[in-house]
Amino acid sequence: MKTGWLSLIVTFTLAGQVTYDRLRQADSEPGNWLSYSGNYSSHRYSRLSQITAGNVKRLKPVWIYQTAPGKVETTPLVIDGVMYITEPPSNVTALDTRTGRPLWKYQRTVPKDLRICCGQVNRGVAALDDLVWVGTIDAHLIALDAKTGQVRWDTVVADYKTGNSLTAAPLAVKDKIIIGMAGGEFGVRGFVDAYEAATGKRAWRFWTVPVAGERGSETWAGESWKTGSATTWVTGSYDPAQNLVLWGTGNPGPDWNEEVRGGDNLYSDCLLALDADTGELKWHFQFTPHDGHDWDSTEVPVLIDGVVRGENRKLILFANRNGFYYTLDRQSGKFLAGRQLVRQTWAKGLDDDGRPVRIPNMYPSVEGKLVYPSVPGATNWFSPSYSARTGLFYVAVREEGGVYYMGDADYKPGVIFNGGGFRGVPGEEPWGAIRALKPGTGEVEWEFKLHSPPWAGVLSTAGGLVFGGTNEGDFFALDGASGKSLWRFQAGGAVTSNPISYLSEGKQHVAIAAGNAILVFALTD
Amino acid sequence: MVRVMLALSSFALLLAQEPGEEKIPKENPYKSESDLARGKRLFLGHCAPCHGPSGDGGRGANLARPKLLRASDDAALFQVIKEGVPNTEMPGAFEMIDREIWQVAGYVRTLGRTAAENVPGDRVRGEQLFRNKGNCVRCHSVNGQGGRMGPELTEIGARRSATYLRETLLAPETNVPEGFLMVRLKTKDGKEVSGVRLNEDTYSLQLRDLSDQPRSFWKQELAELHHDKGKSPMPSYRSVFSEAELADVVAYLVSLRGSL
Repeated sequence: MKTGWLSLIVTFTLAGQVTYDRLRQADSEPGNWLSYSGNYSSHRYSRLSQITAGNVKRLKPVWIYQTAPGKVETTPLVIDGVMYITEPPSNVTALDTRTGRPLWKYQRTVPKDLRICCGQVNRGVAALDDLVWVGTIDAHLIALDAKTGQVRWDTVVADYKTGNSLTAAPLAVKDKIIIGMAGGEFGVRGFVDAYEAATGKRAWRFWTVPVAGERGSETWAGESWKTGSATTWVTGSYDPAQNLVLWGTGNPGPDWNEEVRGGDNLYSDCLLALDADTGELKWHFQFTPHDGHDWDSTEVPVLIDGVVRGENRKLILFANRNGFYYTLDRQSGKFLAGRQLVRQTWAKGLDDDGRPVRIPNMYPSVEGKLVYPSVPGATNWFSPSYSARTGLFYVAVREEGGVYYMGDADYKPGVIFNGGGFRGVPGEEPWGAIRALKPGTGEVEWEFKLHSPPWAGVLSTAGGLVFGGTNEGDFFALDGASGKSLWRFQAGGAVTSNPISYLSEGKQHVAIAAGNAILVFALTD
Repeated sequence: MVRVMLALSSFALLLAQEPGEEKIPKENPYKSESDLARGKRLFLGHCAPCHGPSGDGGRGANLARPKLLRASDDAALFQVIKEGVPNTEMPGAFEMIDREIWQVAGYVRTLGRTAAENVPGDRVRGEQLFRNKGNCVRCHSVNGQGGRMGPELTEIGARRSATYLRETLLAPETNVPEGFLMVRLKTKDGKEVSGVRLNEDTYSLQLRDLSDQPRSFWKQELAELHHDKGKSPMPSYRSVFSEAELADVVAYLVSLRGSL
């Protein structure tokens, strides 16, 4: 009896305890989805293989959870029978994975005078030990008790009144919580932060825009660095072997008036490699020096080991908003290969260092300049996926141009600081696709066309499938090897999120947010 | 740097207004010569593609008139430019800061000093022609009366200029409205259907066929699908109406302003 009780207690303590070791070895427990991108390498790949090309037609919804109103971009986490989601504006809900019924809710009252460019969105939580962490739209980092939703820590990350907000899912690394911030349309100064999980106190901050005199400040004309933005609003990746946090940065501010900020504008539109313990910058790679089109490089960096130019290397695969796909060396940050990802009209190509060779006169103008890709770009915050089964990199891409306008940019704290804007191309019907790329070169293996440019990420699985979503509300499955359409479900609301997969009672499930709902699917007999 | 941020923060507390609570001045505060010049440049880039370089309309409403239908004063004009007009093709100018919107508004006001558009026809006769000889009601409805194949015309006079309407009557395919798309398809079992697209996604297509019936298709059931961009089922009225009759029909259409 005594032993029985003891084992019960032990089981209870272990369940729900998301240790760093579990996070590092996430691939060994595919029944759970422990972090935003599924593993530290951000593969968004499920090693579950119950759902296959042969049986995916039997996939049916098993429950639907209706969220609070607002745009839902959350990636759920699933940990030992509990699904953790975020709801607009900055709420967290724990759901029973068997029934879809809430176990607890954390509901945050947010200020009425928020300064937000693009909706009160949130992309999910991080889990570490017995806490779940959420960044809020009013720029707080909150730690909640994973069992009860009670607030353990509430730390002010930045001042929301000057335009800072948190929309990304945090990333738990060792004993720290890494978080990026948003506000690139308000002339804020970007940063990546790390907080001690044990205390909620800040451990380090890396400013993405150097102050006058610091290395990189020479890439900003005059005092333009003061409103340089370079925000960090999408969750990055982690390389345990090098102890490096790999995190993308956003556009320089003001977005479309590049004339007021001459220079390359470091570290905007970069991938940063930061020491996870200290925040020290180890290397950086800038995709779009002196960006004038709002092409944030806040896409998810995917880490793999692979062969490029005949050599086995540690790689980073990066599909960028600017219209190009990149393969970088993870140890040095050096450019290895690149290729055009969508139609683009602003660069002749990439040089040997991966720097774009610009075509003259393609920056925004007062009269309007037609450029491909559009402001939302070739791809955006929604996640790509790398399949260990097919060895392919999957990415949702947007084929769309835009008319870019340059305007005035007067900085006032907390007021939109765009310096222009954009419109669609009159008479054009933009479209999208899921593309499967060879990781080393970016060559397209196959393409599945979508009616409109997507805002949803992809998940690949060991069952040989790729899941994705459309603006028109379709959640779908493709054959990972051929791109053939295998299954679809009309969810009734735009899919603006990333899919995940996990086990519930031994059965593989797939979950996606669409419209104002979380939908969970499993095979029916 | 922390100090700089703190300074910025307190500055924000003093200066920043609550979003949505900004008061719009009744009169345009930016009316100097240089404001007007800047307003003109902005107008040519942002507005002229629809409203025409002289603002006398086209796909967008005629702005070269002393009184604007949706903007009786400067504050209302500012609001229309900033927020757009719901349920029309007029978007909000989120890409301009307030000063630029005022500069455009100031320039738009100068357009009204040009002569009013000359619409010589008789609108009463025009209505008869619209209903009978032209049989326009077969496809277009006004105040709920008429067909559904073509665009609804109850407010068309507030949205399109006389020149544009005349041009459309003569050559409909030069001015197919945004969002109006003819589709033709052939199913795998050989049926041919055409109509106006109601909706489409990656997997399916919904249309209103030539007898106004809604139809739905799975794309995998189709052998062919053609998006006839720029095509219109509307015939040219060049050989139907005389010059005088054409002027009458245009006068009638220009008079259709709904509740405006």
